[in-house]
Amino acid sequence: MLIVEHFPVLLIVISMLAAFTILIAGWRNKKTSFFISFATILVQFVMSIFILRHVMTVGTIYYWLGGWAPPWGIEYVVDALNAYVLVILLFLSLICVTYSKRSIEHELPDKIVSFYALFQLLVTGLCGVTVTGDIFNMYVFVEIFSLAAYALIASRGKIALKASFTYLVLGALGACFFLLGIGFLYSVTGTLNMHDLSILLPPLYGNRVVQAAFVFFTVGLCVKMALFPVHTWLPDAHSFAPSEISAMLSGIIIEVSTYAFIRVCFSVYSLEFITEYVPIFDFLCLVAGLGIIIGSVLAIAQYNLKRMLAYSSVSQMGYIMLAVGLSVSTHHALWGGLTPALMHILNHALMKGCLFLVAGAFIYKAELWNISDLQGLAKKMPYTCAAFTLAAISMIGVPPSVGFVSKVYIILACLDAGGWKIIFVAVLLLSTLLNLVYFWRVIEMMYMKRGEGEEGHSHSSSPVKVDDIPLSMLIPVLTLAILCIIVGIVWLMEIPVIGSFPILDRVNELFGLGVYAP
Amino acid sequence: MIVESISPLLAILCPVIGSIFVALFGKWPNLRECWTMLAAILQCLIVFSMVPTILGGNIIKYTFFTAFPNVDFGFSIDAFGLIFAIIASFLWILVSSYSIGYMRGLNEHAQTRYYFFFCWAIFGAVGVAFAGNLLTMFVFYEILTVSTYPLVAHDQTPEALFAGRKYVAYLLTSGCFFLAAVILTYHFAGTTDFTNGGIPNLAEASRGALMALFAISLLGFMKAAWMPFHSWLPTAMAAPTPVSALLHAVAVVKAGVFGIVRVVCYIYGIDLMSDLGLGIVLASIAAFTMIVASLMAIAQDNLKKRLAYSTISQLSYILFGVALLNPMGVEGAMLHIPFHAFMKITLFMCAGAIIVASGKTNISEMKGLGRVMPVTMAAFTIGALGMSGIPPVCGFISKWYLALGTLEAHSLVMLAVLMISSLLDIVYFFPIIYTAFFDTPEGEEFGKSRIKEASIFMLVPLAMTAIFSIIFCLFPNTFHIMDLVKLAVAGLGGGV
Repeated sequence: MLIVEHFPVLLIVISMLAAFTILIAGWRNKKTSFFISFATILVQFVMSIFILRHVMTVGTIYYWLGGWAPPWGIEYVVDALNAYVLVILLFLSLICVTYSKRSIEHELPDKIVSFYALFQLLVTGLCGVTVTGDIFNMYVFVEIFSLAAYALIASRGKIALKASFTYLVLGALGACFFLLGIGFLYSVTGTLNMHDLSILLPPLYGNRVVQAAFVFFTVGLCVKMALFPVHTWLPDAHSFAPSEISAMLSGIIIEVSTYAFIRVCFSVYSLEFITEYVPIFDFLCLVAGLGIIIGSVLAIAQYNLKRMLAYSSVSQMGYIMLAVGLSVSTHHALWGGLTPALMHILNHALMKGCLFLVAGAFIYKAELWNISDLQGLAKKMPYTCAAFTLAAISMIGVPPSVGFVSKVYIILACLDAGGWKIIFVAVLLLSTLLNLVYFWRVIEMMYMKRGEGEEGHSHSSSPVKVDDIPLSMLIPVLTLAILCIIVGIVWLMEIPVIGSFPILDRVNELFGLGVYAP
Repeated sequence: MIVESISPLLAILCPVIGSIFVALFGKWPNLRECWTMLAAILQCLIVFSMVPTILGGNIIKYTFFTAFPNVDFGFSIDAFGLIFAIIASFLWILVSSYSIGYMRGLNEHAQTRYYFFFCWAIFGAVGVAFAGNLLTMFVFYEILTVSTYPLVAHDQTPEALFAGRKYVAYLLTSGCFFLAAVILTYHFAGTTDFTNGGIPNLAEASRGALMALFAISLLGFMKAAWMPFHSWLPTAMAAPTPVSALLHAVAVVKAGVFGIVRVVCYIYGIDLMSDLGLGIVLASIAAFTMIVASLMAIAQDNLKKRLAYSTISQLSYILFGVALLNPMGVEGAMLHIPFHAFMKITLFMCAGAIIVASGKTNISEMKGLGRVMPVTMAAFTIGALGMSGIPPVCGFISKWYLALGTLEAHSLVMLAVLMISSLLDIVYFFPIIYTAFFDTPEGEEFGKSRIKEASIFMLVPLAMTAIFSIIFCLFPNTFHIMDLVKLAVAGLGGGV
């Protein structure tokens, strides 16, 4: 067995051990906690790249915990889908942990140790959900990352406690539904292994219990991923959490729930079940479409920058779920199947990660929470504002940014699906305009509005001193911003060349979607 | 024949590299402006170097990568694209010189930002000219919109910010429609390449779909300022005058018109357009805009606003010519693109020179201005004559062809529209000339005015464009414009 085939479990083990090490080492010296966390995530990130390479060159990795064969023991399965999500997840974590060093020292000076311990647990949970091939194990990891997230959101105290509590109640509710679903399936099949379930379930598809279980999974995970009607926990949680946690929440945590949903739909159940027994995907499209519009409209109404971004996340989750919803009715080699959805998961992680980190930078520098506070800030913090602008125009979808690519692919998927789904083209274009309204407002405020006492023409090369955030925060922010453009160009250049970007293709092949549809 | 060449890439890189040096040398104004000039001249030379190849009947291609199956992201330059590239890059040199005089004359703030985004706007405009398909055009079209926003809102006064916001709201909304048009075209035809005579597969789509697609495409080109989607243009006059001059007489609005011509002649094709009866639709919109915009221009007292409405009206001449769907009409339209650019930029530069020299923006304040600023007002007169279609200024030539086009279409109504509109041009331009030369200034003794001509940096460009406006009438083949237009029209095929 190659060492790389042990990586899935090592990812979880070192991450969890690191969480406890941080706690113990932090007892003696607070400063160590950042370095332990950073080193661990770096190692995990490297591992995830090796996993991705292995999956693409050799094939799916199966790891049996303790050597127990699958139906009895817990199995970790890593195929193209998990490997892809894993890399995004660990990349964003790496960015956020780098960023957090200075910002946490500034914001939560007496909670550094617990912050990093929890952060590490959060990463553990997210990795766990991603690598596991056992549905109960998945539930456990969902709870681990959720609990870590509740605590992290509450770490500012005061109003954040309320935000955290709302999330706790709704998140627990969602987890309950998820657990109920697992229970139902266990009661009819007697197994928890996903692959085993997928073999045992097909004869039972007509069974009401199996169908109810699917609905429970859907509802539970929709709460976790803050899809429109059940998004109510998200705005508070995103706006009051420390910014690196907001970036994680919006950039990857809700996407990991989407991953879980995709996994349940296609690995536990199958295309046949979704299209014939519980045809829920058309309904999902509609809900997602509503979410796209309403999220954007609510974002326009916000005056708090992070809150605005949070509502924008609601809208963006709509994009992802719309793409997931369309996946069963598209057949094109490039934009059929899950490709647009998976593309947008990466793209959204880059864009929204960057935007939240920038919002955090404003708070770090001068407690600037509201959009109106940002007046004329571009002169004082040119690099941060430039990063914001790049990410914001990506969100609007100006070519050749990542947002543009996502938008085009989702629109092409809508056209490919045909029928009444063509209305989503209009929805997406309208949403672009709404994005334009709320992001342009911020850009105008930063660059064009004059600060106070600056009236009239000031020629004497204005004396505003550049006072940007420290380098350890600036580098992560700029990295994400530049990637928003570079990845966009890579998508445009690489995807059409068949075989040059096979990960997404492999996912479709795995689930029999897109061109591989029967 | 298709020639693979990197010269389009080099041409498009000039403004990019120029902008980088402008940003780096922001602290040294002389060096900064040197770089702008250098980039402009270099780009113009590279563009001109492509003329012989194109005149030889070739198409120059440069492909970056394949973005979708059958859709390359790349350039493909034909005669029509080259015309637009020539005027954009040639006028960039003149406007750069003019900007130096204007920005220094008014001691404007944030000049580095101004020159930086100016480069990017040219990048967008030349990209639109070079684009080989709708997708590439869309990308540069959006870059053009975004990069001109800081120029429009340059003053950063509430008024300028409002103008900027309106500008972006209109043009990015239109960008959405453009994107929809690109994707739908791709969906129906399987490609978005500009093809002489139209994309053959497109005709297979249903009539209703094609009509809807045409409506969406038109909405996608609000940059052409056709009514009722014109109101961003007069508002955008809050921009510094060189911006209005280059961007709102040449780059931005012409990109819109250019796009519509591309869609009509190279996506739909003349035959399909007349089959679907879409020519009439476009012609009606254009005729309406021509007349109404001219009437609105009469009511404006602010010189730049009046010029803005005149632009709206003149842009529709181009749409009008294309909508006639016959060789003469299309030829007139294609000629009007460069000719109008030269004339309108002269007028705008004169307006800017008046602002710098005297601070006057309203026509009613300009009494007797021709006596103290003879060169400026003479150039203005030439531009105004040309706009009204009076020889020996080049507006005459393009209007002549447009008139021939209406006759060829056997449509006297169209001819009447053209004539009425030309008459209205005279109505709103001649009072300005009269006021400037023949009215006596109020409250000032003759000859004691302290107003002088603007600086040489501004005077030379505006005199040059005025002279060029005349040269184009006497020798329409200057810069091979006439040859290129003939070549472009000859290639259209179909009923043409």
